[in-house]
Amino acid sequence: MSDLRDLYQEVIFDHNRSPRNYGELAPSNRRAEGYNPLCGDHVIVVLRLNDDGVIEDVRFKGRGCAISTASASIMTETVKGLTVEQADEYFEAFHRLALGGDPEAGLELTKLEALSGVRDYPSRVKCATLAWHTVRSALHGTGETATTE
Amino acid sequence: MNQAQTHPAPTAGPLDVESVRSDFPTLHQTVNGRPLVYLDSGASAQKPELVIDAMQAYERQDHANVHRGVHTLSQRATDAFEGAREKVCRFLNAGSVREIVFTRGTTEAINLVAQSYGRTRLGPSDDVLVSEMEHHANIVPWQLLCEQTGATLKVVPFDDNGELLMAKFEELLSSRTRIVAITHVSNTLGTVNPVKQIVRMTHATGAVVLIDGAQAVPHNAIDLQALDCDFYAFSGHKLYGPTGMGVLYGKEALLDAMPPWQGGGDMIKTVRFSGTTYNDLPYKFEAGTPHIAGAIGLGAAIDYVSKLGMDRIEAHVRELLDYATARAAEVSGMRVFGNVPGKASILSFELQGIHAHDLGTILDHEGVAIRTGHHCAMPVMEHYAVPATARATFALYNTVAEIDSLYAAIDKAREIFRT
Repeated sequence: MSDLRDLYQEVIFDHNRSPRNYGELAPSNRRAEGYNPLCGDHVIVVLRLNDDGVIEDVRFKGRGCAISTASASIMTETVKGLTVEQADEYFEAFHRLALGGDPEAGLELTKLEALSGVRDYPSRVKCATLAWHTVRSALHGTGETATTE
Repeated sequence: MNQAQTHPAPTAGPLDVESVRSDFPTLHQTVNGRPLVYLDSGASAQKPELVIDAMQAYERQDHANVHRGVHTLSQRATDAFEGAREKVCRFLNAGSVREIVFTRGTTEAINLVAQSYGRTRLGPSDDVLVSEMEHHANIVPWQLLCEQTGATLKVVPFDDNGELLMAKFEELLSSRTRIVAITHVSNTLGTVNPVKQIVRMTHATGAVVLIDGAQAVPHNAIDLQALDCDFYAFSGHKLYGPTGMGVLYGKEALLDAMPPWQGGGDMIKTVRFSGTTYNDLPYKFEAGTPHIAGAIGLGAAIDYVSKLGMDRIEAHVRELLDYATARAAEVSGMRVFGNVPGKASILSFELQGIHAHDLGTILDHEGVAIRTGHHCAMPVMEHYAVPATARATFALYNTVAEIDSLYAAIDKAREIFRT
């Protein structure tokens, strides 16, 4: 039996209680909405991408469980200052982490590892990945609501 | 509703829950090292051994296609299949087996009525009335129908207690109304709607009423003669029977006048390229080889609950709900959705500071299975402006001790979240 504390680490509670980069962003030039129809988790990610393709600033808002809120908060901390390509790499790495695969060497994943507990809770993986799907949708401008399906 | 005379006389006195529990194999296991506390029967109930055995006996000894062969196995399968239909007919106090159509579930039954009854009769000057507390299965088929026919979907709201606003219903009901589709018991709020009154008022305008009985049939005895609705739908798996098996009841005259819904084998009398004649009721609506084991399982489930007695089952779950509701009042930050007196054994709630999904995971860790999410009733979530709720449902095999386990697990969640 896995320990609940592996899923609900102190870092998760911290980010759930006081989410970082929460709210609106002005000016911004990228925006996407994420929705998990199964849970009703809903997240909006707005960011400002500069001419060099660097994420200058990012915010999120929405309603979700502790896992999805903490993941969105950690995501914003992670991608701020990254290029689109780097953010994509983190998206891939985080996906592997959440599904129980090997994390990518060479990426700084300490913060994201707080969410690795979801690997033992298949029904909760989507809670953790929603914000990442949403930021990817914002960066690549598909304009469609991101889902984890 | 007086239904007792149509069933074998149930045993007297309160339900012997320990004896009932011994009939359900799935209940006797540990989950995450804790005894399973199954409080999700509103989503799907567990099956008594008798149901599993009946389905297995058919698969092992009697399987053949129905209504086709002259051989012995086909005859046995047909007898068992049609025997199940008779059980459903008696259980609901329907007028005749011709009024009992087997479907895949409540959802398919509602879609059948929307498409077969609605599509041929509705036009742009017509209304369909549903309520704000419907399950998606009693919303989306009508939205599709309205798109196809140009009819208008109108919604009867409920108040914050979860009570249907009958004054609004009366206001929306008009000469434009063709179909009223309403749930008997709300799957999220537990509200038992005044369906008899709704039927009476609707019939006065000449429209028909479909009742979604998915949550009501396991909860209380149904007497269709007294209710007088035009269509009634329910699912086997919420009545301790199999999934993939449901029932549409329709008044014979209505079903007779309705065109077939799906074409295929079993629903025809003769097929020629110059024209096909359709089979009699209820077979006209049962194209293709049916879920034979499912029907047999449903028949066995009906035997099971009839023997226990629907009145005793209702009394038992009411006791559980009353206890759970009283305990909820002692938990600070616990908000219960649906407080209409006489409601069914459904407890939807939220805990301040703990999202329903986090709660669901923590409860599962304690062996307690509840439903979390929007319960396929997103308009209800919207009404209360919540993304999701937690829902515990109490069934005939649940105990007061299990409700204590639920609240112990809730305490644990609050401790972890330090609310």
